[in-house]
Amino acid sequence: MPPEVVLQYLISGLIYGSIYAAVAIGFNIIYNATGIINFAQGEFAMLGGMFASSLSARLPLALAIAVAMVLTALSGAVLERVFLRRVARGGVLKMIVTTIGLSIVIREAALLAWGESVRTLPFFTGNEVSSVSFLGANFSPQVFWVVGVTALTVAALTAFFRFTLMGKAMRGCSASREGASLCGIDPDRMVTIAFTLSAGIGAVAGCVVAPLTQTHYAIGSGLAIKGFTVAAFGGLGNSVAAVVAGLFLGMLESFSIVFVPEAYKDVVSICVLLAVLFVKPSGLFGSRAAGALKDY
Amino acid sequence: MRTDRIAKPAAFCALAFFCFSPVFAAEAIKIGAIFGVTGPAAYLGAPEERTARMVVEEMNRSGGILGRRIQLIVKDSGASAEKAISFAKQLIDEEEVVAIIGPTTSGESMAIKDICQKAGMPLISCASAETITTPVAKYVFKVPQKDNYVVEWMYRTMNKTGISKIGVIAANTGFGNGGKAQLEKYAAKYGIAIAISEVYDANATDLSALLTKVNASGVQAVVNWSIEPAQSIVAKNMRQLKMTAQLFQSHGFANIKYVEAAGEAAEGIIFPCGRLIVADQLPDSNPQKKLMVKYNADYKAMYKEDASTFGGHAYDALTILKAAIESAKSTDADKIVKAIEGLKDFYGTAGVFSFSAEDHNGLQMDSIDMMTVRKGKFVFYQ
Repeated sequence: MPPEVVLQYLISGLIYGSIYAAVAIGFNIIYNATGIINFAQGEFAMLGGMFASSLSARLPLALAIAVAMVLTALSGAVLERVFLRRVARGGVLKMIVTTIGLSIVIREAALLAWGESVRTLPFFTGNEVSSVSFLGANFSPQVFWVVGVTALTVAALTAFFRFTLMGKAMRGCSASREGASLCGIDPDRMVTIAFTLSAGIGAVAGCVVAPLTQTHYAIGSGLAIKGFTVAAFGGLGNSVAAVVAGLFLGMLESFSIVFVPEAYKDVVSICVLLAVLFVKPSGLFGSRAAGALKDY
Repeated sequence: MRTDRIAKPAAFCALAFFCFSPVFAAEAIKIGAIFGVTGPAAYLGAPEERTARMVVEEMNRSGGILGRRIQLIVKDSGASAEKAISFAKQLIDEEEVVAIIGPTTSGESMAIKDICQKAGMPLISCASAETITTPVAKYVFKVPQKDNYVVEWMYRTMNKTGISKIGVIAANTGFGNGGKAQLEKYAAKYGIAIAISEVYDANATDLSALLTKVNASGVQAVVNWSIEPAQSIVAKNMRQLKMTAQLFQSHGFANIKYVEAAGEAAEGIIFPCGRLIVADQLPDSNPQKKLMVKYNADYKAMYKEDASTFGGHAYDALTILKAAIESAKSTDADKIVKAIEGLKDFYGTAGVFSFSAEDHNGLQMDSIDMMTVRKGKFVFYQ
């Protein structure tokens, strides 16, 4: 294989990986606060892209994305307050099943609101045909935006969970709700904040990938499955691990096309995920001790 | 008062309804419809469903069929063959419809072909696979152009432009695999070499890796066969990879939404398709022009979006069914089938239909033309 073709596959892998990682980060925030997997996370990305695409007709792109982020963050908060809080006492499994139900409701609502047609956002730099050349490989400048925004978010979140009081309080809630309450943390408030934050970040991810992936009412579940795969692969709760796992999986899928049809690239990635989870259930970078404390 | 605000217009509407709608004495004629309104084929099924509702409303306003009101029963199959089967059984056994229009996709149509044939239920499919009407089943018809016509048009254009080495990519669906098989079948006849032939996931969000592989095989043109939004992604990825190969799309591209999604990358894409989407550019002497322009205008006025060829299929299915029932003067299945087979030079959106006992599609090669995209609009390819 000529070197520029290898490089082109590497870049495709980078594109896939950063799209997956961008969605996976949202899973980790809610996991860190509640210990649950929010299967409506892909729907947040869809909502972000859809809101922004509707708003961009009237507002400048940056403002449209900002408003879309706020609207989606608010919907995240509303979902938590109205639905998830009611089932929170029933344990994590009940909450996880509820998020699956909510994802279906959001998807159907989006179908009613926006119809079935495909939408897209303008490319942040250049347009559909813009291309950057690097050592004989070519790619859209939007890739810089996806990679850059993902990197920034991960850095900010890691700092938030490690160094700020609120971030530590949120992790405390996940470790033990009662314990956190005893320390003066309001777990309900922390969970609401986690959903707001994760919906907002999901919306940004949805906007930044939308010029490449396009968006429509049903795109959320596909993104969620890949995002969850990457989050679990890296080790739940760890955003840096999600990025590494995302890039690894992206490269794997990209190079698998050399040997198997594109239609089966998901099969390749799911097989690898299963293999990793059989050997190391806590994910590539997850600690076994932390995994053992979980309820499921 | 709040109730007043609702009650008054409601009363007015009811009054208007009784005044302006014709009075139907006899029992309604029930027509079943199975469309993939939601799900992966929603880009086809939703315009079909909207068109069917619009056309039936208009037919009822102008007196229905044989003086009887039409009752349209729409089932949303979500493009799933299993659901199409159970809806077909429901429409036949419980609703006792006169005929079924749809389903939207080839996979669903093939799944219910035998059911309708055994039950003696006239079916007018809105899907394109050649196998739906070849071999002919007595009760099964279809209105879109056959996919082999589409392929032959594409290859003729390649012969004219000196393209002889191509790459084929298709979505891993009934439509994609059907098109891929036809492309492979007819390639030798037109002296076209298929250097690489690949299927991709219909929900793909980026195809740059696949196109890198296609590009490495040194093809002059890429043929993409799908109905999903991936069609726009292929166009964008090819330009981002700075590929010089010409992009051909299937007739599944005939929805202006895909051009909008691909933006500048859509410029110059070539695809074969019926003339509905360029109806306003046809000469006035074209006998199909008037009805196509009217359909496009009515659809846009009602639903605030551009019509696509897919909605046109539902239009054709319903108008053919109406013409057949009227000429048979009966809703008896065998008489309807006989009447459809007797329709000659019937103007529809997909072309001029001439059915017979051997031909349950009724369209010829000339129902298709090559189109391209210029300045964000569909135009004839010269």
